Amino acid sequence: MAEDKKLKTLATGDKTIPPEGAKMIPIYIMGREYMVPETLTIMKAVEYAGYSYVRGCGCRGGICGACGTFYRFLGDYRLRSGLACQTVAEPNMVIMQLPFFPANRPGYDLENMQGNPHEELRRLYPEVFKCVGCGTCTRTCPMDIDVMDYIALMKRGDLRGAALKSFDCVMCGLCTSRCPAQISQYMAAMFVRRVFGKFILPKAEHLSKRVEEVKSGKYEKKLKELIGMKQEDVKKLYVEREREPDLAEAGKWMPKDTTNL
Amino acid sequence: MSSGYTPALMELIKKVEATRPARVEKARKGEHFPALTMEQRQEWLKKYHPDYKNDGRRQVIVGPNKGTVLPEEVASLLESKSRINPANFDLSRADYTTDLLVIGAGGAGTAAALAAQEAGLKVLISTKLRHGDSNTVMAEGGIQAADQEGDSPYFHYLDVIGGGHFSNQPELVAAMTNDAPLIIHWLESLGMMFDKMPDGRMKVRHGGGTSRKRMHSAGDMTGAEIMRVVRDEARNRTNDIKLLEFTPAVEILLDENGRAAGAVLYNLETKEYYIVRAKAVLIATGGFGRLHIQGFPTTNHYGATADGCVMAYRAGVRLQDMDSTQYHPTGAIFPEQNVGLLITEKVRGLGAQLLNTEGEQFCFPLEPRDVESACVIRECLEIGKGIVTPTGRFGVWLDSPMIDMLHGEGTVRKELPAKYIQFKRYDIDISKVPMLIYPTLHYQNGGIAINEWSETSVEGLFSAGEVAGGVHGRNRLMGNSLLDVLVFGRRAGIRAAEYAKGNNPSGKVTLSHVDNFNKEIDKAGIKDPGVGPILLPDYAPDHVRERQVG
Ligand SMILES: Cc1cc2nc3c(=O)[nH]c(=O)nc-3n(C[C@H](O)[C@H](O)[C@H](O)COP(=O)(O)OP(=O)(O)OC[C@H]3O[C@@H](n4cnc5c(N)ncnc54)[C@H](O)[C@@H]3O)c2cc1C
Ligand code: SF4
Ligand code: SF4
Ligand code: FES
Repeated sequence: MAEDKKLKTLATGDKTIPPEGAKMIPIYIMGREYMVPETLTIMKAVEYAGYSYVRGCGCRGGICGACGTFYRFLGDYRLRSGLACQTVAEPNMVIMQLPFFPANRPGYDLENMQGNPHEELRRLYPEVFKCVGCGTCTRTCPMDIDVMDYIALMKRGDLRGAALKSFDCVMCGLCTSRCPAQISQYMAAMFVRRVFGKFILPKAEHLSKRVEEVKSGKYEKKLKELIGMKQEDVKKLYVEREREPDLAEAGKWMPKDTTNL
Repeated sequence: MSSGYTPALMELIKKVEATRPARVEKARKGEHFPALTMEQRQEWLKKYHPDYKNDGRRQVIVGPNKGTVLPEEVASLLESKSRINPANFDLSRADYTTDLLVIGAGGAGTAAALAAQEAGLKVLISTKLRHGDSNTVMAEGGIQAADQEGDSPYFHYLDVIGGGHFSNQPELVAAMTNDAPLIIHWLESLGMMFDKMPDGRMKVRHGGGTSRKRMHSAGDMTGAEIMRVVRDEARNRTNDIKLLEFTPAVEILLDENGRAAGAVLYNLETKEYYIVRAKAVLIATGGFGRLHIQGFPTTNHYGATADGCVMAYRAGVRLQDMDSTQYHPTGAIFPEQNVGLLITEKVRGLGAQLLNTEGEQFCFPLEPRDVESACVIRECLEIGKGIVTPTGRFGVWLDSPMIDMLHGEGTVRKELPAKYIQFKRYDIDISKVPMLIYPTLHYQNGGIAINEWSETSVEGLFSAGEVAGGVHGRNRLMGNSLLDVLVFGRRAGIRAAEYAKGNNPSGKVTLSHVDNFNKEIDKAGIKDPGVGPILLPDYAPDHVRERQVG
């Protein structure tokens, strides 16, 4: 019996099982009051209240940006924001998730881009240059990104700076929903990061070389041999393989036996 | 101050603190808790690893895998009935017509769509959540490819197949390791922000089980960056690549010759069913973490419910290694908002030990993943020295404060910035207090059987990514899954294009395989079969469910 009980407690998956005597707190989901156990995330609190997500829930791990949420505390004028899967529900929170918000995303052809990247940015997203510097986006961002700053860097033509500054963006769209200049910051940033990755970051030459080798079929014969080999022989090769030292300098280290390179 | 823990847990942490100085002293001298012998490993695994345990598993009694022993959750899902009654469908109509239907818009599906479009196909993507809400977006660690001078696909091959205990399908391993540099190059050309040296050389690291440093990364959000980039590119090609979000597939359509010819989709919002006619179909629906096998929490995204396996199974495709699941030994179990969150192996690599409720060590912290998981489960379930959290979960301590003591103040913050912040948010400073962990369901090792061109046994039906099996055998190494999904996604797109061009389906489509499967379930006498695919997990608590009965 004791065994049973143990396993039962364990078998919770993602469903919340509040402990006996758990403290219950009031939260307001789109204005309606529910009592939920404390310490849950907004997402799990909403599920505890009985909602089943279709929209507004993706990775449940703070990286997909599906669960952007606005909230206030009763009696407090401040509007706050966060990711529902990462923000702890607190007493008297008044919650509204924003599962979708329209954003502007003009299409473009990265492969055949005309003109310099900064001009292209201006052509695609002229609104970026109308930022009024209010800082609302930065205050809103659940990833603590200085959004206003990356917009400023874009305006100045520092695409490298803007790409690096916006790198942690989960594309939740909360900044965009609040921008008085109607800028879709995260979409412009996506364009800038790809431009940076393709045209500004130097290319990996060793990679292009390896691609030529692969395309010429250089490894096919060796791989075929491995496929056809008896398991014992593959095991032997596996056990005998040489390990590159952790601190070896990339591109400099060579194995003793170079026949299989 | 770490008020994020309850007073009761803070009280238990005192026991950890009491034993810490002596443990650190020993660790400095290089003295470790003894690792298990090979025999003990086998014994521990057999007794405690969920994959080896016999309770919680049984033979599946219908379908292509009839007789195979599978976890209960998988078996009953495969024995579930369709959501639809085929008799209600007029299959002479089509709501959408396309060349290639891609089911699932994670890494594999999106890569396939791009490749197929480049080869001239019109593509329709059906996906359950938004484009990119997937396991792909969650991968932090990196993606492997042999592109450095001292490395080659040959060694990559050996690492993959050795890591998989030689149970992998060799042709798949060869295809993946050979294509790997092409994939990295393709991502570079799409503008992915790889971590690079100033001269453009890729920064590479080792991963568990690699003989060469070949782990490429983009910060600690490699999967998210890959997903952002391929999704953005798909959005640039909307003329040819159409996307239906919140519209999962629920059944595959076959034609009179048994070839895949489309699918039935379900609009989660309007609750309508749509019929899609396609010349080729790709299943790229990802893994099964949300089945919560044996009750385990999971690292997977919300939609990881094995839908693709169910649909393929009913269409007559065999699954392989579906009894093989990768549990990551250290998933967070506290605070509640971090449950299932992956705590990287690096924490133990830096010297943090696993401790029971008495603050005692009970295993060597760097056993292989499966063995380590078994040790933690044993300590909690058999020995009974686990720590119980306020929400009723079991776990053990992962003593992260040792790291700063061993390597100097500030190491935790420098080496583990993301984890530090993720706990700091809840007032837990992991450089000062330990974390609570338990194994978490991480990866579906098995899946739909495919060949090196992502073809299944049903003509015109392709599969790629985590939903497909054989590439990693019964154990996957980190960094090979992001690679796998892109390699076989692209291969599926390319081969589907060749196939679709020569294939002009004119005949009738049918759901008779679904009818037959339903009949087989009745004949097998399965009582109260569930309904599948389940599409979304149900986390409503019992008190709500009771009141939902009208
Ligand atoms: C937390 C975490 C960390 C990881 N870290 C790494 C790492 O560092 N390196 C590595 O190589 N791998 C890693 N992995 C594994 C890797 O990310 C995944 O295995 C891989 O990305 C799966 O890609 P996929 O395209 O096959 O599936 P997914 O990316 O999961 O995409 C499947 C898509 O199909 C959709 N779908 C599901 N059912 C249906 C349906 N019925 N109809 C339509 N659509 C449907 C899903 O919603 C989803 O969007 C990690 C995984 C996790 C969870
Ligand atoms: S920059 Fe905008 S879209 Fe990106 S994470 Fe911040 S608020 Fe969300
Ligand atoms: S919210 Fe808009 S206008 Fe205000 S700083 Fe941000 S981008 Fe500029
Ligand atoms: S659900 Fe993905 S960020 Fe919250």
